[in-house]
Amino acid sequence: MSNTTSAGWGSRVGLILAMAGNAVGLGNFLRFPAQAIENGGGAFIIPYIVCFLLMGLPLLFVEWSMGRFGGKYKQHSTPFIFDAMGKAPYWKYFGVFGIFTNIAVAAFYCYLESWALSWAYYSVAGTFTGMSQTEVQAFFQNYIELGTSHPVIFWLICLLMNTWILSRGLSGGVEKVAKIGMPLLILFGLILGITGISLQASPNGAINDGVVGLNYLWNPDFSSIWSFDVWVAAAGQIFFTLSLGMGSIHCYASYLNSKDDVALNAMSAGWMNEFVEVVLGSMIIIPISIGYLGIEAVTDMVSGGSGLGIGFAVLPKLFADWGAFGVVAGLMWFGLLFFAGITSSLAMGTPVMGFLDDNFGIRQSRGAWIFGGIILILGLPCVLSQDAFNEFDYWAGTIALVIFALVEIVLFAWVFGMEKGWAEINAGADIKVPKIFKFIIQYVSPVFLLVVFIGAIPGIVENATKDTSFYGWMARFLLLALFAMICVFVYIASKRNQSSKLY
Amino acid sequence: METPALILVIVVWSSVTLITGYFFYKVLTLPKHPEPDSFHDNDETEN
Repeated sequence: MSNTTSAGWGSRVGLILAMAGNAVGLGNFLRFPAQAIENGGGAFIIPYIVCFLLMGLPLLFVEWSMGRFGGKYKQHSTPFIFDAMGKAPYWKYFGVFGIFTNIAVAAFYCYLESWALSWAYYSVAGTFTGMSQTEVQAFFQNYIELGTSHPVIFWLICLLMNTWILSRGLSGGVEKVAKIGMPLLILFGLILGITGISLQASPNGAINDGVVGLNYLWNPDFSSIWSFDVWVAAAGQIFFTLSLGMGSIHCYASYLNSKDDVALNAMSAGWMNEFVEVVLGSMIIIPISIGYLGIEAVTDMVSGGSGLGIGFAVLPKLFADWGAFGVVAGLMWFGLLFFAGITSSLAMGTPVMGFLDDNFGIRQSRGAWIFGGIILILGLPCVLSQDAFNEFDYWAGTIALVIFALVEIVLFAWVFGMEKGWAEINAGADIKVPKIFKFIIQYVSPVFLLVVFIGAIPGIVENATKDTSFYGWMARFLLLALFAMICVFVYIASKRNQSSKLY
Repeated sequence: METPALILVIVVWSSVTLITGYFFYKVLTLPKHPEPDSFHDNDETEN
């Protein structure tokens, strides 16, 4: 139960930037615009904002408050935060999701992050200069099919960087990266965004002005808001973008003093993420790619809703055509994606380190290397096979989040109790949280999450019963084994320190 | 740009930017909580 010097935040701004960095990820720049185009253009913002207000912000308040509550008992991971709030012995096993998801998502996310690192390197090295669009796409395809050793090398570098930064502790590692990475990310985003929307069509360059892409992205198809699928897509985007249902927010907030604010911090970090996603995220890939490739080509490329193809296979070629500024633009774009990625993956390591420190007395620096070792083992199938990558993404990066969020809001509002919960949210608050959120947290958000979960059931059944490759099966086995192992560790920890008796 | 898209962009971008700026400004300008708080950086100056 040690609270070492590195286990704590240096400053409030550092905490908010780290929390915003946790939320801001590659999806803010790649997934959001692709989802918007697929789901009604500008009209997508309506279900998106409604989901943010009815599910995103309430869950942020809940997760920050639960985390700070757990910190009172020197617990920094969700199994024993849930245990402290729920009293019944089974709650801690629901809290296992808050460690499981972080490990499983980090396993494939670090690999994705390493793409950004390698593409930043290629941009500076001039690798894409002189390549045609087809050649850049072939280069990307060859990379993800492991036609070269580079993906593995960059993945290992990325993993090593994450582990080393985590081993420096919260204020000495994570916070420092957030303080450098987040301002740079916003600066790079603004420069690229302004360049994107001010793009001018010319005989030898872009075929459309940047505003054509902006218009395409934001032109509303209001009929889409009556579609259930659009609402599910908006809810999913809010989940991904705010890093809800993972357990990392709880962990960061657990290092707060019980008298320190969570309400304003949650608002500030949450809205900062929205600024990066809705403002910066809509200024870059769509205006630039439509400027050079036209609407039809880009619409095809974003089908599937990830935006990865444009980000990694199209933009490098367009930047290469910009001459000297193209090198800088490439570095800024992939640097921005890398900062977005690393500030998120670092957040995934901290609950694991907190759990080991709190319950087994393993120092945070050592915990970081244990986390790195686990990610090395679990990440390998994701690097080697797209099927394994997809299994990890679906089960840990999608389904586990919804289950965890549903459980935590029921625990907070109905088991811990809304009166106590509301008092927790408002304790030390630097702003007055509108009372409507009490009603929303107790009634609206749980129903909202239940509907999202029920809507996901057909997909769960389909994915659980469909056949897959050897690596896909291996991924499923590893995920089950991981969950079971964490349950065993939680059981051992509860026996070791009899933590349930602490509350 | 078409009018509905232009209106949406202006309303959404300005609202999100203003709200984000407002909350972050509040964080920067509010007086610090009395020690002991959660942050080490101000420990020496406060003690």
